[in-house]
Amino acid sequence: MPRPMTITEKILAAHAGLPEVEPGQLIECDLDLVLANDVTAPIAIREFAKIGVERVWDATKIALVPDHYTPNKDIKSAEQAKIMRDFARAQAITHYYEIGCMGVEHALLPEQGVVGAGDVIIGADSHTCTYGALGAFATGVGSTDAAVGMATGRAWFKVPASLKFNVTGTLGPWVSAKDIILHIIGMIGVDGALYQSMEFTGDTITGLDMDGRMTICNMAIEAGGKSGIIAVDDVTRTYMQGRTERPWTEYVSDEGAVYERVYEIDAATIPATVSFPHLPSNTRPVAEARDVKVDQVVIGSCTNGRLEDMRVAAKVIEGFRVHPDVRLIVIPATQQVYRDMMHEGLTDIFLDAGAAVSTPTCGPCLGGHMGILAAGERALATTNRNFVGRMGDPTSEVYLASPAVAAATAVLGHIGLPADLG
Amino acid sequence: MKFSGTAHRYGRDVDTDVIIPARYLNTSDPDELALHCMEDLDAGFVGKVSAGDILVAEENFGCGSSREHAPIAIKHAGVSVVIAKSFARIFYRNAINTGLPIMEAPDAVDGIGDGDEVTVDADTGTITNVTTGASWQAQPFPPFIRDIIEGGGLVEAARARLGANAG
Repeated sequence: MPRPMTITEKILAAHAGLPEVEPGQLIECDLDLVLANDVTAPIAIREFAKIGVERVWDATKIALVPDHYTPNKDIKSAEQAKIMRDFARAQAITHYYEIGCMGVEHALLPEQGVVGAGDVIIGADSHTCTYGALGAFATGVGSTDAAVGMATGRAWFKVPASLKFNVTGTLGPWVSAKDIILHIIGMIGVDGALYQSMEFTGDTITGLDMDGRMTICNMAIEAGGKSGIIAVDDVTRTYMQGRTERPWTEYVSDEGAVYERVYEIDAATIPATVSFPHLPSNTRPVAEARDVKVDQVVIGSCTNGRLEDMRVAAKVIEGFRVHPDVRLIVIPATQQVYRDMMHEGLTDIFLDAGAAVSTPTCGPCLGGHMGILAAGERALATTNRNFVGRMGDPTSEVYLASPAVAAATAVLGHIGLPADLG
Repeated sequence: MKFSGTAHRYGRDVDTDVIIPARYLNTSDPDELALHCMEDLDAGFVGKVSAGDILVAEENFGCGSSREHAPIAIKHAGVSVVIAKSFARIFYRNAINTGLPIMEAPDAVDGIGDGDEVTVDADTGTITNVTTGASWQAQPFPPFIRDIIEGGGLVEAARARLGANAG
């Protein structure tokens, strides 16, 4: 009998061809997918060329998504995107997404069925950990690791220890997946899960839809985590059926699997949460942040740019106007989300409120384009990082919160709750 | 491998956005990236760093994005080695893969001030503060890491190894 293992250990063992693995062990795994974007792919392609192989290991298992500075904001970024486009054509990469099909990678790939349960995925983007929401092991790497992955279909890993976050009970009104993960990061800090895997369990987690689960796993990296993961259940299966292009494999953590630490969290104690500058761990209840005025609100990103996020934001803002001192920028994460928003009337609600609604892009989340902050300006965003200068000038500030809080804040002109709208 | 230079000391959670702000990520040219190294944390860094100098920081150095532009910018700005109490995991991997030496040495970090002259012997793991005379023992690089760093990065080291095997 192999030792009892966590989901993460089981996936890694299976991909390393080993009956069991344990934390700290160095292993080499077969990869199911290698991802890069218009920022990280050019360096990966440069390194790939140095390796001296002609073709990628499997053109169907590489995803290249031009989402960061696209549609391109300037000549230099257009040159970077072109390096990736030319490579994708030359190598006949199946999962290259041109403008018009493209979406924010971590919303796009699950939606398009490119990732599935039981996969091992590396991506040259730190939020690759999002796919843990589907029961996959997915982790961010740099361009060089991605280059070697593209050439060989393999990568080495140190098996991470696991932390368990067992969230149980009922969330308060307007408290969402975003609040759960911000609360956890506030609790353990930005290096609280360094080198480790974060496994999320409990009836509050299983009660979330896939969009919410992806929000949670997406931000594992903001606690320093190597990956985040949620076990497959009927919600996951329903999402993957008819969508995921490869057969998937389901793993569950064994009774007796070893966790570095187990955190028990009562959902009822989690408030609507906002992260103050300049770390995601700098959290406070929204109710204590009402004196913070904002110049801009951004709803979008790989964290909160999915359909359910848009539904919640639209529900809050319907019938109101954006505060005259605020710019509201709404960015659906994929073309499908964009289209669904139109069909459900959400786009009209945002436009009626006075929002700018954009084509999919990472855009302002990383200070790329489409909503850069001037010196001293403040934004509240549904994005994932609020580091110094993240959205623009180094003296600007970013506050992180849920779509519901973002919508309310856009109307109020200061940070606040949907209930404050009266 | 031995390094010596002036220490530039920073705090904890130095993130990749301040190491190389996203507004400069529309290029992947190492020398251009180096011009903006540490810009949003210390706008004067590029002006005062000399070839061989040493970056010293507290916990979680390099947290945030997976951009390999961060270790590339540091290396091409002239920094010979980064000493920190701990590193964020993606940065740790990226630094080794791009041939930027890094060392985890919490005690040494506590004993090095901004502007101190420091020497590092990566083969023995000895870190010496020449200004104060104090020295510490850190984990030396294992041989395969030393090969990668001396080779200039993971891909270069792999090519050298493959070439040696073929020969």
